[in-house]
This record gives sequence, C-alpha cells and structure tokens, in this order.
Amino acid sequence: MADHETHEYDVVVIGAGGSGLRAAIAAHEAGARTAVVTKSLLGKAHTVMAEGGIAASMGNVWAEDNWQVHFRDTMRGGKMLNNWRMAQLHAQEAPERVWELEEWGALFDRTPDGKISQRDFGGHRYARLAHVGDRTGLEMIRTLQQRVVDLGIDVFMECTITQLLKDVSSGEGRIAGAFGYWRETGSFIQFDAPAVIIATGGIGKSFKVTSNSWEYTGDGHALALSAGANLINMEFVQFHPTGMVWPLSVRGLLITESVRGEGGVLRNSEGRRFMFDYISDYFKAETADTEEEADRWYDDHINNRRPPELLPRDEVARAINAEIKAGRGSPHGGVFLDIATRRSAEDIHKRLPSMYHQFKELADVDITTDPMEVAPTAHYVMGGIEVDPETQAATVEGLFAVGEASGGMHGSNRLGGNSLSDLLVFGKRAGEYAARHAANLPQRPAANDDDVQGAIAEALLPFETNGGENAYAVQSELQEVMFSLVGIIRTGEEMQRALDEIEKFKIRVNKVTVEGGRAYNPGWHVALDIHNMLTVSEACARAALTRQESRGGHTRNDFPATDPEWGKVNLIVTKKDGAITIERKPLPQMPEELVTLFEETK
Amino acid sequence: MGQDITLRVWRGDASGGDFVTYTVGVEEGEVVLDAIHRLQATQAGDLAVRWNCKAGKCGSCSAEINGKPRLMCMTRLSTFAPGETITVTPMRTFPVVRDLVTDVSFNFEKAREVPAFAPPSDNEGGKFRMNQLDVERSQEFRKCIECFLCQNTCHVIRDHDENKPNFAGPRFLIRYAELDMHPLDTADRKKTAQEDAGLGYCNITKCCTEVCPENIHITDNGIIPLKERVVDTKYDPLVFLGRKIGRRDSGRTPVGPAGGKGPSPIKHPQQS
Repeated sequence: MADHETHEYDVVVIGAGGSGLRAAIAAHEAGARTAVVTKSLLGKAHTVMAEGGIAASMGNVWAEDNWQVHFRDTMRGGKMLNNWRMAQLHAQEAPERVWELEEWGALFDRTPDGKISQRDFGGHRYARLAHVGDRTGLEMIRTLQQRVVDLGIDVFMECTITQLLKDVSSGEGRIAGAFGYWRETGSFIQFDAPAVIIATGGIGKSFKVTSNSWEYTGDGHALALSAGANLINMEFVQFHPTGMVWPLSVRGLLITESVRGEGGVLRNSEGRRFMFDYISDYFKAETADTEEEADRWYDDHINNRRPPELLPRDEVARAINAEIKAGRGSPHGGVFLDIATRRSAEDIHKRLPSMYHQFKELADVDITTDPMEVAPTAHYVMGGIEVDPETQAATVEGLFAVGEASGGMHGSNRLGGNSLSDLLVFGKRAGEYAARHAANLPQRPAANDDDVQGAIAEALLPFETNGGENAYAVQSELQEVMFSLVGIIRTGEEMQRALDEIEKFKIRVNKVTVEGGRAYNPGWHVALDIHNMLTVSEACARAALTRQESRGGHTRNDFPATDPEWGKVNLIVTKKDGAITIERKPLPQMPEELVTLFEETK
Repeated sequence: MGQDITLRVWRGDASGGDFVTYTVGVEEGEVVLDAIHRLQATQAGDLAVRWNCKAGKCGSCSAEINGKPRLMCMTRLSTFAPGETITVTPMRTFPVVRDLVTDVSFNFEKAREVPAFAPPSDNEGGKFRMNQLDVERSQEFRKCIECFLCQNTCHVIRDHDENKPNFAGPRFLIRYAELDMHPLDTADRKKTAQEDAGLGYCNITKCCTEVCPENIHITDNGIIPLKERVVDTKYDPLVFLGRKIGRRDSGRTPVGPAGGKGPSPIKHPQQS
C-alpha cells in the first residue's frame, strides 16, 4: 500500500484567497489542469477581512483619474521603493479586472448614474475604491469562489503544503510539485506539477497584535525560501493604523480605513485632531493644513487638499503611536476614531454596516454615538517572494508567487485598496504564465522520492519528540518577541535581541511534543506552522537590522531619517546552506516617461 | 480581572464521543472561541475546532452553544449567567470529523448545482449600469458568510438525511433568490429552484432567519419572494398564455441545474 496519495496537475495553486483563486481561474482558462490547495475551507480566506475596496482608476466618480495618477500615488505611498513595472501594470490593468468581476456576478455599490461607485482612501488622490459597503473582500472572495466552482476547478480544502518538491536532475533544479497533509485525516498527499503558484498570503501571525488569522504563518514565504527562491523587502511590515484595542479578546482586529474615507477623524484625549501635527514634508504639498480645508475636500477634491487622516498608513500609524506614547491616549491605550459626530447614524449604518456590527457585538460600543478606540495592528507584509513583474515567476524555475506572498509591488508601504487590485491583476498574470510554463516544458519534472520520504519524516517529527515544549506557548512567545522588538518602531539593539531570541526558539521548536493523533489535530498543525513563522520572523528581523534608515513600514529610532542612498536598493533574503542571508540589489531603473510623472510634486 | 468558567465540550469523532468538562480561566470581554483557544493552549492541545477571522466575517467557527446554533467568535461569555455551564457541541446536521469540526461538504456540493450568473454581454470598459436600489436586494443575500448555521438549523435536513439529496437548504435558496433578483441576469432558475433545489420543502418556519449571524432576512426577503415567483410563473394565466404564444417569461432563459452531476471537483482524502 502506498503511504500517501499522489495527484498530477499542470498548475497547483497553494492558497485560496483572492490571488490564488484568480490565478487558478486564469490557469484553467489557459487550458492547464489546475488544482487549488488551501489550509481552510473554500471561501474562508483572509481576503474576507479586506473591507474598504479595490483600487482601480475607473474614473467613475472623478473623471480626472487615470492609471498614471494611480501609479504615481502607489509609488509615492511606497516611498518610491516599489518595483515600478509592477506598479505600472497594476495601475493599468486594475479597472479591467474589476469589470470582469461584475461579469462573474459581483454586485458593487453604484453611483447615481449606475456605474460602480468609488470611495476615498488614504494616499489615493481621487475616490478610487470599488466597494460593497465595508465587506468588499467578502464580495470578491465569493465572486471568485463561485467562478471557480462554475468552472469545475479541482479544490483540495483543509490541505496544508509543507514542502515544495524539485527535480534536481538538471543544474539548479526546477519545481516538480508540492507535498503536504490533509488536516482531516493527517494523511499525506503529493502533487506532481511542473508549475506551482504560491498564494499563501502574509506573515502577520508572527506578531502578537495583528489583524491576521491563524493561517498567516508565512508558509509560502518559507516554502519558497527553502526551495531556493529569493524574498524581497522583508523589512517592511505594515501596521494598520486602526486596530481595535478593547476588549483584549479582539485586540488588533481591523477597523477599516473606510471609516476615515467616509469622514472619520482621529482625536487624542484632549479632543485634538492630532494628525495635523504629523504632516511630513514629503506629503505637505498635497495635504490640507486646516480642518476647514480638510472638511471641504470630501465634496471638492479639485480645489482642496486631502485631510491628514488620509495620509498613507505608515504615516498615520506612527502618529497614533506617538500620541499614545506621549500620554494623550484613550483609556485602553489607543486614540479615538470618531465617525459619530461626522456622519449621520443612517449614513454610518449604510456605509459601514460591518463596523457597526463588530463594535456593537464585540465591544458594546455604538459607533453612531460614541468614538472607537484604536491603535496600530500588524496587518500586511510588503515583502515577499521576488518575482518577475510581467510573469510573477520566482527565481526558481516553475515557481510563481502572487498577492501578499509576493514582494516588490508595494515598495515600503502599501496603499489601502491596492491589495485587492494587486490580487486580481497579478493573479491573472501568474495563472496565465504558470500555465504557459507548464505547456512549454518538453518533459515533466519528477520529484525525488527521497525528498518525499524526508518530508514525511519531518512532518511526523513532533509525534516522536519528547522535548516537552508546548507548540502554542512557543508560538505565543515568538509573537510577543516580534511585536515588542521588531514592531512599529525599531532599534538595532532590540532587533539584535530578537534575533538572539529567535536562535533559542529554533532549538525549542524541535522539542515541541504533540498530544493526540494525526486526525484534525490543531496542536500538530501549530507545531509545523511555527517553523515557517520562525523563518519569516528571522528574514524580517535580519532585513530590518540591515536597513539603516526609516522608510514606509520600517521605522528606526536609531536611524530616523529617510536616506536617499537606501532608496536605491532593495534587500534580498536568501537561504544558503540553511542560513538566512541578506544581500543588496539595486532598484530597477524607471523609464524617463514615467519619471516625468513625479516632477510636478518634487 | 480573570475568573473561571465551566465548559462542557463534545469530544470524539465519527465513531462516537462524549462530553468532557473543563474549568478554564477567562478575561473580561472574551467570547466562547477565546475560552476554546485557551483550552487548546493549556489543557487540550489536540482539541479540534475550525476558525479563521475571529471577527464574525468568515463563518468558520459555527457550533451549537447550549443547544443554539451560533458563531463561537461572536458569542460573548458575558451573555451567560455567572456559574452557568457552557456546553459546546458540533453542528448536528453535518457528519462529525472530530470534536467541534464537522464535514460540511454537503454545502459545497449544493453550491455546484446552482447555475452561475449569466450576464447579458461582456463588460469590457465597464458598460454595466445598475441602480443602487436594485442591487441592494441581491446584496443582502451576498452578505452571507457561509457559516451554514441556517443549513444546520433547518428541520428539513436537520434530522432527515434522506432529504439532503433533494434540498439545497436556506443558504442556497437565497443564492437562487439573489440571482433571480440580479438586475442583469439573463437566466431563469425558477424551475430548477423548485424541482432540483427543493424550494417546496421549505414551509417557512423561519428558523434559518433566527440563527443568521448576518441578520439576513432569509425567509421574508429571499425564500418567500422566490416561492411567489415560482408560483406566479406556474399558475399565472397571463404567463401561461404568453408561453403558449412563444414569449419567454421575463426575457430570461430557463436553465437546469449546473454541473452537480459529474465527478465532484471538491476533493477529499483517499481512503487507504
């Protein structure tokens, strides 16, 4: 009897969030035999937590909008560290990808003339986010899920990939498939496939306070790194400015930026709209400096500048952090986010229904009458698998990456709304190019059976170890270390301490003992996931320690300035002989016709 | 301020199981899922539970709490009397996998039978125009987080496995309703809703509406209007006459069930 089942496909997509589903649709439509493999049930992916909308310059609300403006906003939001070609493709193709969702049944909110409505968000010059109330991510995942079901694409639910398989018979080796286990039974499963798309999302679960779910353990980042691929920009972690702070049970839970897009403002304990005190020189020219101008902007974007509450997320998160540290915080250690005095109860119910519901049910707060208490929460990693901007191919042949698991597109800081559009634009590209890669191979690569046996042994190790460590305890201590030492404000000394701690965790994870059997055993799943969490935590900490400046989602107290020299390089993470190393790589050169787009604001 | 609560959790698998009683410390503001997580971390590392967002948005952590179908992440511990034992059991309508986790594939199979949205044309350049008021009707049903609590509570299938092949359940009846109310859809799913999805089995006891964590008016706004439309087309003499003289009902094209009959693309572990 075989010790595991094996399936043959052309393209295997790991992850069933927005990017994975969009990639699977594209691969299927390109003729590839395609499978989607997901740790969770179909339709439960973290994409459902995306609330605000999909950024696309359709120009439905402001005809002045176009891809060039979107491109410029995206690059400036990322403090120019973005891969310019990805940012360009993203801005150019996003509208088509949104319209396509309508063909598949998505029902966006409408403008008075019946087009897709678009809302304001931080860092976007014009109202640009296609949305459905504040549950846009759910609409997107459901639309893509229903499309996948309609097309009859094979789906492996509650199936976790633990290793990528390679054919090393020729040189560096190329992807031959993936290996993992069914959560339901704990039995093993092998996929033979010449193309694998990683769409596993982010690494937020490495941080104690996060808006991310249990799934966000950096699996794809770690799998790719181990398979020989590069990661890029891993020092940049986005702390969303507005996470819930109370009750503790929901600390970190996301409060959509739409609250500010719809007119919500931030106040400190003195009632002051403190964001006016934190307008950096970089954004001075385009940001209102009086409350009057800021309030006029909602109705007239042309003659007024944007309220400082709608600065990019890194700027707002740092400001909130500074106010709390200065002792001007709210009772539970946040600041106040006020929509109640700014919009009618009816508007709030209509535009922010799930925020109303969330606060009412979980915190006993009625946001139509009272302010919310908010503080930054780990939300998104800008860093990810280094990919070719056109094809999403990673640096290992046959491996592709997309969405939060890939890196480069968002530079040092992602604008709100740009992740859902990122998923769609590059999901389609990844699926198409992965299918093309599979079709053009003269011969299917074959996995090495020793590697498979090794993967089985590795997965079963926690059952055979008697080290006595508790997987949940190690996980929670790692989260504490990363949040307090490699968090929103960093110093070299603290990050070094984090790296020392990570070395100790590396020993402890191998002593984790699991109780119970293999069938649906979350203790076992955590024991395997923490290896990935440790890998991405180290990648993040090492890159962050190397970058001696502050930029976007990377703020250092010991190097508070943004350094133009550092603006010329990306940091690349590789794994060599089991050790994580950091290299510098010059940014690709932006062509002259795009450079001119930035001249007006210099 | 911590305190101890008593939690009775069903533990077992398809071959059987029983309740295990635990005492676990909890903090102010916590929900049932927090208590379950603390159990996992401190006393029962292998306790099986399904969850993702812990914010009432993904619909993963459905269970029965003191007999009521609920999301564990949205059930606050403060809603129980001090000292009250909290009993948590898996959803009863679906086969148990382990502990609180059930096999919900019934729902994914039913989803396959719903004929997809059929747009009038492609939307290149963003041609579609819809009125906000018109899309709101369908949008209500698209709030569904697929927690399957409505399916779990529906008496047509709750203790009647024999009805499962012929009944899609409230979650999918509102999917038919949603598409039927879509301003641009060109397909007519009324016949398949009645004959294949078992619309007629529903006798409007509204249990589904009561348990919906998204407060969707499943029966009033979804199932009842769908039933009315089905009845109208069946018995309305004008529609009957229209059909006789070759005019299609509302310009929509009748469609049968979607690919639910072929081999399922929803894969499961192979039996070894």
